[in-house]
Amino acid sequence: MKAYINGTASLSPQNSLDYNEFLKGIVEYEDDFLKSIKPNFKDYIKPIEARRMSKTVKNGIICSEIAMLEAEINMPDAIIVGTGLGILSDTEKFLEKMLNDNEQYLTPTSFIQSTHNTVAAQIALRIKCHNYNFTYVNRGFSFETALQDGMMHLNEGKKNVLIGGADEMSEHYFHIVRKNGRWKKIAIKNTELLNYKTEGAICGEGVNFFVLSSEKKKNTYAELKSLKTFYKPKNDKEINKKLLSFLENNNINITDIDLVITGQSGDKKGDAIYDNILNNNFIEKPVAYFKHLTGDYQTSSSFAFWLGANILKSQKVPDFIMQNNKKVKKVKNILIYNHYFNINNSFMLLSVI
Amino acid sequence: MSKKIYITGIGALTAIGNNVSENFISLKEKKSGIGKITQLDTIHKDEIPVAEVKLTDDELLKELDLKKEGAYTRISLLGIKAAKEAIKDAKISDINEYRTGIISATTGAGMVASEKYYHDFLNTDFANDFIKTHEAADHTEKIADYLGITEFMTTISTACSSSANAMMLGARLIKNGILDRVIVGGADAHSKFTLNGFNTLMILDRKPCKPFDNDRKGLNLGEGAAYLVLESEELVKKEGKTPHAILSGYANANDAYHQTASSPEGYGGSLAMQQALDNSNLKIEDIDYINVHGTGTANNDLSEGRAMITIFGNNIPKFSSTKAYTGHTLAAAGSVEAIYSILSLQNKMIFPTLRFETPMEEFNLIPETDLIENIDIKHIMSNSFGFGGNGTVIILSKS
Repeated sequence: MKAYINGTASLSPQNSLDYNEFLKGIVEYEDDFLKSIKPNFKDYIKPIEARRMSKTVKNGIICSEIAMLEAEINMPDAIIVGTGLGILSDTEKFLEKMLNDNEQYLTPTSFIQSTHNTVAAQIALRIKCHNYNFTYVNRGFSFETALQDGMMHLNEGKKNVLIGGADEMSEHYFHIVRKNGRWKKIAIKNTELLNYKTEGAICGEGVNFFVLSSEKKKNTYAELKSLKTFYKPKNDKEINKKLLSFLENNNINITDIDLVITGQSGDKKGDAIYDNILNNNFIEKPVAYFKHLTGDYQTSSSFAFWLGANILKSQKVPDFIMQNNKKVKKVKNILIYNHYFNINNSFMLLSVI
Repeated sequence: MSKKIYITGIGALTAIGNNVSENFISLKEKKSGIGKITQLDTIHKDEIPVAEVKLTDDELLKELDLKKEGAYTRISLLGIKAAKEAIKDAKISDINEYRTGIISATTGAGMVASEKYYHDFLNTDFANDFIKTHEAADHTEKIADYLGITEFMTTISTACSSSANAMMLGARLIKNGILDRVIVGGADAHSKFTLNGFNTLMILDRKPCKPFDNDRKGLNLGEGAAYLVLESEELVKKEGKTPHAILSGYANANDAYHQTASSPEGYGGSLAMQQALDNSNLKIEDIDYINVHGTGTANNDLSEGRAMITIFGNNIPKFSSTKAYTGHTLAAAGSVEAIYSILSLQNKMIFPTLRFETPMEEFNLIPETDLIENIDIKHIMSNSFGFGGNGTVIILSKS
């Protein structure tokens, strides 16, 4: 079974939606958390339809349509979305109104939109897709299980699967979670992310969609060779062991990896885990990172996946994503290693076609 | 690749029992679990009935030997108790002896705690431990940590079809050679958020619900958790286990009609039923009983009934809705009803639809209204439909 990435689309805090040019430059921020750049919704969705849709539903619809356009399909065999938080804004809207008005004067709109599966459902509704429809909500595994499910569908004989990762951050939830030490206490410059070396990550959001297909097309970006998730590893030694068996299971050597993309997030403790794996295995290799572009969120690995696919297709590696100064030549194989606060770890292996 | 998916362990708690055997007794004795709200602090408590699990959080903590400081939401507690029962029933002693995963489903996620502490979360300087429990994955992690599962984990939220989807995913993971066995199911607990949400949709009956009745006025919310252990054919043979049943078919289709309502003709539902039959290589005449979704809302029961007519024509198998006992346990409904279906297969019984009186005027579909005993059942279809057009149908067969 082969899994080709035939369409991609990304809405992020960067200019990633411009599919004519792959990441022209970095959008700089000095902020508490990074917010997705608002697209011109009217270009994609009629205002009357968009009226009741929250930001992430609209972003999901836009990205899914672009990804399908690129893959030259209009009806996927499955729609699978990963989201850590679902539609947070509508959840908060209903919750706050309920608490503030003592369960009175409530209307259903924000409750309906708050359901975790709204993005996948609204895409199906829009294109009248009666096929398999699934939503994963497992923190930093949400996007990975969506991909894994997609690969199983191709293995079972399906041709085209639409897969997305979608998360939004709200002011309230950001401040609540910051109390837990998860996010940095001060506004940060995203271009300086790795220089802080303090507790807490940079927070962000984004929506990324892909079409995974069993057949290659002229627009194909890359091949997804394999992925592996693992939960709460005991120590770095265990991660190292998982990495080596992942590579071995895919008949690939460390020397074959041309670029490593890690989920360095600025969090001192979390980043030490990446450093350890890099120092042990990839000391001579070019290493890139991406959370200074997007911030960290449950499905941020979907942006790394977008980045990897676009690098393999364009053979361009933007200099502002490089973490070291090793020269990248031809990129054939990319390893993405991401973890979400060391709870959810994943490896993804992408190859040039 | 495993051809057959065996169910080797089951565990459940609902408003009609704290374990599978208590549920079985209530089902046989036609004891409904629907009643007054006693555990939730809501202005609707005298007006809207629900089906509550008859154990408080403190009782659950004590029984499971867990510390309050661990920040266990009610969903986690219900989930741990049911999953623990399923593991024990499957006679699993070393959880990591084989590639073992967990797939759990929820709709409410951490809302039970979040709605209680929200102002505290926002307005105090200290970090409340329940901040960490807001995300849906929290309850799955708590179950995984309790049982020691690390190999594979995910959480599904596809509204009321969630745990039926967990079963389907589990079966596919085994068939695709990714796992040897997997604990699948779902958990949901009452929250003001869900109660008020459903109330704004005006689909909550003020009395105990009457599925498939002409005078049905809506659903009753239920709470509970139910998990099943799925194992590959190879593993069952190797371990010499006697399974409860076979998960012989499954399908997931989308109605793509409306965010919260089913299409009048139940197109998505009929697609899922037909595809599940195809997936199991069974014909319509092979199905002996349908455990219908049957929520008791005007919309669901009409649309589901029409979908059944589309697929089965004039030969509709015996059917009933056990939601008249348990209320609608949302994400847990699919796995609760799968376990009830297994009890039907094993005990040669069909459990009735309580309180049914008048057939719906749109068609002549009459659910079973009394306990049927000594009936030979080989194959059962179990339906789950939900918001977002999600529809999942599974088929359970005698092993």
